[in-house]
Amino acid sequence: MNVRVHWRTSVSLTGTVIKYLSVALLLPLFVALVDGVDIETFVITIAITLVVGTALERVERDDELGFREGFLMVALTWFGVAVIGTIPYIISGYGTASMLANPVNALFESMSGFTTTGATVMGDFTIHSRAVLIWRQLTQWLGGMGIVVLAVAILPELSVGGAQLMDAEAPGPGLEKLTPRIAETARALWGAYLGFTILEILLLYGLHLGGLAPNMHIYNAVAHALTTLPTGGFSPEARSIEAFSAAVQWVIIPFMVVAGTNFALFWHVLTGQPKRLVTDSEFRAYLGVMGVLSAMVAGLLFTGAGIETITGQVPPIITEAEDSLRHATFQVVSIVTTTGYASMDFNSWSAPAQYLLLFAMFIGGSAGSTGGAVKIVRWLVILKSLRRELFTTVHPEAISPVRLGGLAVDERAIRGIYAFTLLYVLIFFLGVLFVLVDMTRVQSSLSVLEVMSAVAATLGNVGPGFGAVGPMNNYLVFTQESKLLMVFLMWVGRLEIFPVLVLLTSAYWRR
Amino acid sequence: MRVIVVGAGEVGSSIAASLADSHEVVVIDIDRDRVEALTYSLDVLAIEGDGADLSTLREANIEQTDMVIASTDDDETNIVTCGTVKTISDAFTIARVKNTKYLTTWQNKQGAFGVDFLVCTDLLTAESIVRVVGLPATQDVDAFAGGNVLMAQFGVNEQSPVAGQTIRDADRFDSLTFAAILRGDDVVIPRGETVIENGDQVIVIGSPDSVRGFAMELAPGQGGNGQDVVIIGGSEIAFQTARLLEARGFHPRLIEDREARARDLAEKLPNTTVMESDPTDIEFLTREMVGQADIVIAGLDSDERNLLASLLAKRLGAKRTVAIVDAGEYVDLFEAVGVDVAVNPREATAEEITRFTRDEQAENVALIESDRAEVLEFEINADSILANRPIQESVKELPEGVVIGAVTRGNQMITPRGDTVIEVNDHVVMFVDHDAIDAVTANV
Repeated sequence: MNVRVHWRTSVSLTGTVIKYLSVALLLPLFVALVDGVDIETFVITIAITLVVGTALERVERDDELGFREGFLMVALTWFGVAVIGTIPYIISGYGTASMLANPVNALFESMSGFTTTGATVMGDFTIHSRAVLIWRQLTQWLGGMGIVVLAVAILPELSVGGAQLMDAEAPGPGLEKLTPRIAETARALWGAYLGFTILEILLLYGLHLGGLAPNMHIYNAVAHALTTLPTGGFSPEARSIEAFSAAVQWVIIPFMVVAGTNFALFWHVLTGQPKRLVTDSEFRAYLGVMGVLSAMVAGLLFTGAGIETITGQVPPIITEAEDSLRHATFQVVSIVTTTGYASMDFNSWSAPAQYLLLFAMFIGGSAGSTGGAVKIVRWLVILKSLRRELFTTVHPEAISPVRLGGLAVDERAIRGIYAFTLLYVLIFFLGVLFVLVDMTRVQSSLSVLEVMSAVAATLGNVGPGFGAVGPMNNYLVFTQESKLLMVFLMWVGRLEIFPVLVLLTSAYWRR
Repeated sequence: MRVIVVGAGEVGSSIAASLADSHEVVVIDIDRDRVEALTYSLDVLAIEGDGADLSTLREANIEQTDMVIASTDDDETNIVTCGTVKTISDAFTIARVKNTKYLTTWQNKQGAFGVDFLVCTDLLTAESIVRVVGLPATQDVDAFAGGNVLMAQFGVNEQSPVAGQTIRDADRFDSLTFAAILRGDDVVIPRGETVIENGDQVIVIGSPDSVRGFAMELAPGQGGNGQDVVIIGGSEIAFQTARLLEARGFHPRLIEDREARARDLAEKLPNTTVMESDPTDIEFLTREMVGQADIVIAGLDSDERNLLASLLAKRLGAKRTVAIVDAGEYVDLFEAVGVDVAVNPREATAEEITRFTRDEQAENVALIESDRAEVLEFEINADSILANRPIQESVKELPEGVVIGAVTRGNQMITPRGDTVIEVNDHVVMFVDHDAIDAVTANV
C-alpha cells in the first residue's frame, strides 16, 4: 500500500509533546516530596516519559505538516498521553488494594482525566496518596484547554500547521483566529484559562480563610480549580462537591459557566470589546438553556415531584427554596457544561428530573470552551436550519441563509454539523447496544437508563451517569470490554469524532 | 459662479442645462459628438477631453473655476477627476458615484478622495423609492426643516375623496396646506374656490402626520410598516431599497433569478425574504401572491423588463407599482401605461446636484417635475420682506405663483394663515413657480 500520509512527522511531534509531559509531572512529584509518599512512582514515570518521548521524537520528520498529519498527530497525542498517564496509577497501585493497578482500569482513569470526562473507576479514595490524586486532577487541567493547543502555544516548530492542529482538537466547528500568529492565539486562550484557574483557587481558599468552607484547604482549592475550568469533574472527595458548604457550591457554579463558555469571548472582552459577550448568540442560548433547565429542575425539587420518595429517606430539599435552587442549578450547569460535579446524589431524584439531566448530557457547552458533548452552537444551527426547511416547504424559491448573530452560516458548515450530530447519535446508540449486549452476557442487572447514561456520559465527556454509575459511585460495574469501549468513546468524544474516525478510512491513508 | 461639468451624459447635460441660465458653465467630455451637440444645444462651453487630465482642466481654465462637478458614468473616473482638480485648484468638487462603498468611505472622512460633496446615485434612487413607499398614493416626497415638514405630490383619480371638491371643502386636514395643483402643463395656485379635478397632481405641504393622514384618506388601508412590499429584481438599487426598508421596520420580499446574486442578497438582508425565480413567471408570482402586495417595486437591470414586471404585477392585482427607469425619456411613457411611479436614477442625481448648487440661497430645495417649480426652505433674517409682519401683508409684495406652505419655529410647526406673523429665525417652506424663483430668492 502506498501510504500518502507523512506519519513520521506526526509520530515525532507526538514524541515531543510526550517529552514535555514530564515537566507537568513535576507538580505531583513536588506533592510526593512534601508528603514523602510515592516519590519513586513519579521519578520512574518522569524517566519513562522522557525516554519514550525522546525516542519517538527522534523518528525522522518529513517537513510537511498538513491536514492529514494534523489529524494523526492529534489523535496519536491524545492516545499517547493517556497511555503515559496510566504509569503513576499502575506503579502506585501495584501490590495494594487499588483498582488502578489493573491496566484497563488505569487506562480508563487516565483517558477519563485527559479527556476531562471525569468518570472514575476509583473505589476507595482514601488509599491513594495526594500525589497520585493531584496527578489525576492535573491530567484534566492539561486536557481541558487542550494539550495540542498548549503545544502550539509553546513549541515554535508548530507555528506552521498549528492552525490545522488546533482545528482538529478544539471543540466546536471552525477555529477563530484571534491574532495573526496562531501561537499567540493559543497563548491567549491558555492565558485566560490559567487566569480563571488562579482566580478560582484564590476564591475557594478565601472562603476557607473566611470560615465559610471548613474543609476547603489549599490542596482542595487547587484540586477543584484544576478540575472545574477544564469541565473535568475529578474531585479528590468521594462525595464530590456535596462534601463542601453551600458557599463553595455557589462559587463553583459561575466557574463551571465560564468553563463552558467560548474562551475567545473572554479574549474579546479583555481586548476592549465587552459587547461581544452580550451579543454572541451562542452565549445567549447557552445561558438560556441552563436557565430554563435549572428552573424546571428547581421546580420539580421544590414541589417534591423531583425526589424519589420510595427510598424512604425524607430528602431535605423539598420546599426549601435555596436548597432546591442551588442543587438544581449546580446539577444542570454541571451536566450542560459536562463538568460532572455533584452537589448531591441525584440518584435520589425522580425519573422526570433524571431524564432532564440525560437530555442535558447531549447539549454540551459552547464551541471553543473546554466543555464536551454536541455543543450549543450545533443545536442552534440545526434548529434554525430545520425552521428554514419548514419555511422553504411553503416557499420553494425562497433563499434563506441560516444566520448566527447576523452572519450567514456557510452551507457546507451546516452539512458538517448535521453529519457530526448524526454521527454522534449513531455512535451513542451503537455504544449503548454494545454495552447492553456485553452486560447481558455477564448477567448484570444494569437498567437501560443506567447504560444509556454511562455511554452518554463518556461520549460527551460528562462523567457521572445515573444509578450504578451515579455521581457517588463508579464505573467498576462494567466489564473490561465495556470499559475499553468507553475509553474509545471518551477519546472520540473529546476530539469530536472526525479526527479519529478519518484515520479508520482508506481514503485517509491512500492517494 | 464658474462651473465645470465633467461628463456630458444624461446627468451632466441635465445639470449643465439647469445651471446654464445663472452660471458660467464649461462641459468636458471625451466624446466628440456629444461635445458638438452640446455646443449648439446649450449656452455652455463644451470641451473635448479627459476630465482627469490636468491639461484638459487647464484648458477649461480651472484656475478661475469655483466648482467642478464630475458626473461621468464611471465612479473611478469621477473620483480621480476630483482628486486631480484638488492638486491644482481649490474649486469645490462634487462627484457622482453609483457604488455605496465610496460613499461609506467618504462619510467616514469628509473630503476623502479630494471630493467635497459626494452624490451616490443608487442610494439616492433607493431613498426616493422608499419615501414613496412610506406614503401611499404619493408620486414624490421630500422632507424639510429637519423632518418637521413634508412636501408631497399626489395624483388625484376619480376614486379620490377630494376629486371634484373645492379647496375650501378639501381643506379639512390640520396643519396641511394645498400648495399647488399641476394640471396638464399648467401650475395652478389654488384659491378657496378652485376645484380639484380628476387627473390633477396636488402638491401639499404640512406636518408628517397630516401628510400621512391625507395619504391614508386618498388610499385607505395602505401605509405603515405592515405594508406588503415586493421588490422584483436584485440590482444594486433594489438592494439599497430593501436595506432602507428593513431599517424602517418593513419585511419586504425580493425576487432575483441569478442564484449567486440571490444568495448574496439573502445573506446581506436579514429581514427580507429573498426568492430565486424568474420574476416574470406568472405561475410563481401567483403562488407567492405577489398580486396581493400593497406595493411592487421593479428594480431589474433593464427598463423593458421593469415595465413588463410592473404591468404583470398590476394585472395580478398589486395595489401600486414603482418602476426604475434608466432612460429618462421613458418616464412619462411608463406612467402613461399604468405604472404608478417611475423613478429615474439620473434625474434623481441631477436633481440632487442641482439642489446642492442652489443651497447657497435656500436651506433646502425640492424640484417639482424636474424644473417646473420648486419647494424652497428659507431661514428668515431681519432683512427678509417676510420678517415680523403678518403673511397677508408681505404676500402682496411677492410675485404670483408663491405659496407659503409651512413655518417652523424651533421644532414647532405653525400652519400659516393670513394673520400669522413670521419671526426672525423661523424656517419657511414655500412653493415657488419656476418664473418666480429669482424674485423670491432675492427678497426672502
